[in-house]
Amino acid sequence: MTGTHAPGIVAGRLDRTTLRENFGDLHEPLDSHEAAVAADRCYFCHDAPCITACPTAIDIPLFIRQIATDQPEAAAETILEQNILGGMCARVCPTETLCEEACVRETAEGKPVEIGRLQRYATDTVMAHNIHPFSRAPETGKRVAVVGAGPAGLACAHRLAMKGHGVTIYEAKPKPGGLNEYGIASYKTVEDFAAREVDWLLSIGGITIEYNRALGAGLTLEALKAEYDAVFLGVGLGGVNALGVEGADRDGVSEAVVFIADLRQAPDLTSLPVGRHVVVIGGGMTAVDAAVQAKLLGAESVTIAYRRSQDRMPASRYEQDLATSKGVRILAGVMPKAIHGNGAVREIELEYTADEGGKLVGTGETLRLPADQVLCAIGQTLTTDGGLALEGGKIAVTGPGRSSVPGVWAGGDCTAGEDLTVVAVAEGRDAAEDIHTALMG
Amino acid sequence: MADLTSNFLGIHSPNPFWLASAPPTDKEYNVRRAFDAGWGGVVWKTLGEDGPPVVNVNGPRYGAIWGADRRLLGLNNIELITDRPLQTNLDEMTRVKRDYPDHALIASLMVPVNEDSWKDILSRVIETGCDGVELNFGCPHGMSERGMGSAVGQVPDYVQMVTEWCKKHSDLPVIVKLTPNISDIRKPAQAAKDGGADAVSLINTINSITSVDLDQFAPQPTIDGLGAHGGYCGPAGKPIALNMVAEIARTPELAGLPISGIGGVTTWRDAAEFMALGAGNVQVCTAAMTYGFKIVQEMISGLSQYMDEKGFASVDELVGRAVPNVVNWQDLNLNYVTKARIDQDACIKCGRCYAACEDTSHQAISMSDDRVFDVIDAECVACNLCVNVCPVEGCITMERLPAGEVDPRTGKTVSDAYANWTTHPNNPMKCAAE
Ligand SMILES: Cc1cc2nc3c(=O)[nH]c(=O)nc-3n(C[C@H](O)[C@H](O)[C@H](O)COP(=O)(O)OP(=O)(O)OC[C@H]3O[C@@H](n4cnc5c(N)ncnc54)[C@H](O)[C@@H]3O)c2cc1C
Ligand SMILES: Cc1cc2nc3c(=O)[nH]c(=O)nc-3n(C[C@H](O)[C@H](O)[C@H](O)COP(=O)(O)O)c2cc1C
Ligand code: SF4
Ligand code: SF4
Ligand code: SF4
Repeated sequence: MTGTHAPGIVAGRLDRTTLRENFGDLHEPLDSHEAAVAADRCYFCHDAPCITACPTAIDIPLFIRQIATDQPEAAAETILEQNILGGMCARVCPTETLCEEACVRETAEGKPVEIGRLQRYATDTVMAHNIHPFSRAPETGKRVAVVGAGPAGLACAHRLAMKGHGVTIYEAKPKPGGLNEYGIASYKTVEDFAAREVDWLLSIGGITIEYNRALGAGLTLEALKAEYDAVFLGVGLGGVNALGVEGADRDGVSEAVVFIADLRQAPDLTSLPVGRHVVVIGGGMTAVDAAVQAKLLGAESVTIAYRRSQDRMPASRYEQDLATSKGVRILAGVMPKAIHGNGAVREIELEYTADEGGKLVGTGETLRLPADQVLCAIGQTLTTDGGLALEGGKIAVTGPGRSSVPGVWAGGDCTAGEDLTVVAVAEGRDAAEDIHTALMG
Repeated sequence: MADLTSNFLGIHSPNPFWLASAPPTDKEYNVRRAFDAGWGGVVWKTLGEDGPPVVNVNGPRYGAIWGADRRLLGLNNIELITDRPLQTNLDEMTRVKRDYPDHALIASLMVPVNEDSWKDILSRVIETGCDGVELNFGCPHGMSERGMGSAVGQVPDYVQMVTEWCKKHSDLPVIVKLTPNISDIRKPAQAAKDGGADAVSLINTINSITSVDLDQFAPQPTIDGLGAHGGYCGPAGKPIALNMVAEIARTPELAGLPISGIGGVTTWRDAAEFMALGAGNVQVCTAAMTYGFKIVQEMISGLSQYMDEKGFASVDELVGRAVPNVVNWQDLNLNYVTKARIDQDACIKCGRCYAACEDTSHQAISMSDDRVFDVIDAECVACNLCVNVCPVEGCITMERLPAGEVDPRTGKTVSDAYANWTTHPNNPMKCAAE
């Protein structure tokens, strides 16, 4: 161990045992008694508002009733037929702004039915028994190319395979899962869940993944179109917005998504370096995840610097509370002005902001925080567009993911809509249904 | 704090909450602790003939059904009467009564149907100093196969005969405990009265199979692969017991026959309901078996507060107060027209009222795109189903249409005159208008 309080960006601030505890499951899974008690609270609403609030429209009252009546396997099937990554979504969905926000028991007593945890209970049961409740329809002879093995691509591929089509996924990285594998906070998806879930998903058959094959790097949309009956792009957002302040190129200033990806892929967290004083710029989920994980790695102080007022942070209140409960400080109403240091960053200079008629302006007042690591989480950008028409910086689509080019569909983060795993799954699935209709005429 | 003291058949107790004859009252240790906890009286676990003690099963003797969060709603048992030697019980009863003179102690009895057996047991029970006897004509399993318990309770002639013997051979107040496993509860009650009973107590347990083991294909509780029907009790049985108590209380021929109300009493409110329907006191078994003796403290404070609120000086002011309002269906006012009303501020938009009414009732609730639920007066028959399924208490209520208003469902003007079925034009047997 280098020492907990060592300056700079160093590894080994905490011992192995503490790290294992820190990066354990954020929420313990429900046991069967807890699940029964939680399930009992569901009112089995008519045309339930929670279903409407779920981007994949899972029949929540039905699956909860199936849990309540001791059929977690049937519950899982109810979930998975709408959302093949129901296991991951149960862990990572911001339920507090989705299904659980809409739950009538949230209205009634400010305490929703624990839909997310119940969903995990059901999906964990089938995965633990390695049950894959779906099988493929007879081979159609049609072949579809899917670009990107993230949630959107995987959901699309699974649905197509189920319908009997042959699917080839081209994935730029050496591993599948997209941000499930490289992005999601590790305490939300412990024990290599992302990889296990992909294996389980692929067990339906009919899907081949070609790794280290990136669209744009020797692989063209034209070629895919020529070879396959349809193409789906689920390439996510590969780039990031630039910080654009003085000193942004200093050592110690890096992208939050890179920091997180390194963390997710680190075989041993004791060898993963982290700053003593960390400042995260941004206010979304990525900012929160980077800040919390920096803290859990042993950073002495971690500050999230967000430019608007705290109530406007894209990260939910729940995520904010999680961050503060782990000891992260949220500083709202400040924007980065300069990054100081001699080679490596030593301090960050922030300027207070004011809202002038909806426009954010600096007030001229500044403050400086000690920082030996600055993580930028100020938004990701599209890097692969395959030459398709764009809209608002993303691939333009109409209906269930139809791009400007016939025969090419797209979904997930690379298209408009909320950047969430569950939204990516819904879009991938819906595009698959549309491709199927198009192919089968 | 209201005066809760109770005088039932001249038997005084600090409150009207007695423990029914059952495991809670099976031995001195329990009964002392029950009295210390605040119970007003106990009916000792049923005693049988002297001789080799009764034998119980050595496997599970209870089955149950549960509501949300495993709240125990109904209990089923295949236990027999006390399986301890008669003399042991009698000695213990004597000691307890001596030490708790102000608490009620009743001996529950069950012996074969011959006069000598009853005479014998009575002579021994009297020695304990107990305040009265209760004749167990209700146990529906095991003992009934041997010609006792409900086998007696189901034959009014036997009920009368045994009651007569007991009155003949003792001066103690005699309470006849009735079985609900009969089609008309008034018959055995009448027989008890005719036999000279001082009171009836009801109900004993209801014949039941609580559940079936779907792997062993046998009723539960399962004993070595087999199961027998048992006796059902607890909150789930309360409505049945309330009705039987009311049936007796409102029958003119049975008027004045004191009733000890039993069956699902779990809270002070349950007790008050039994008493309002004519029970002079209540007996409790399952609630104590579920939560322990301490629940009586809640019953005491609850009944006391209620009586204070109502200004009742004694429990007698509550007893029977609802009896005149229990009538037959044909006596209900058909001119009483109500409509469901939804309190939109209280509504949490679950849609259960809609599903219930739309799928199974009268399609009288509308649902808008933004989930506002409204009652369609032109369809609402005021069945109350929506009230019953709504998870928010008080959110849906039934509001009476004032006289003079037109009921949009029938197109008729609401009248404030009382009119029931007996005079209704659709009734082929209607009485001639006076
Ligand atoms: C740090 C972080 C935390 C997050 N936390 C949550 C959370 O808690 N809950 C939640 O719901 N959402 C969360 N999200 C958002 C969520 O991860 C995304 O919305 C979701 O992964 C989008 O899925 P996707 O399939 O569209 O894209 P991605 O997951 O980004 O997958 C895209 C895939 O395409 C591949 N690819 C990219 N370009 C090419 C190319 N040219 N050729 C071939 N393959 C290519 C990539 O390697 C990747 O595998 C988080 C995001 C981040 C960054
Ligand atoms: C396990 C058990 C044993 C019982 N044994 C007797 C008994 O020996 N004598 C008797 O009169 N009633 C017996 N009962 C019936 C109770 O006294 C009482 O009438 C019945 O349980 C209904 O009341 P409750 O709903 O409060 O339990 C027994 C009930 C139970 C649950
Ligand atoms: S809104 Fe809540 S209570 Fe209603 S069905 Fe959904 S989870 Fe159940
Ligand atoms: S309640 Fe007591 S006697 Fe009955 S099974 Fe449990 S431990 Fe045994
Ligand atoms: S059942 Fe009650 S809470 Fe639910 S929608 Fe109807 S009125 Fe509202």
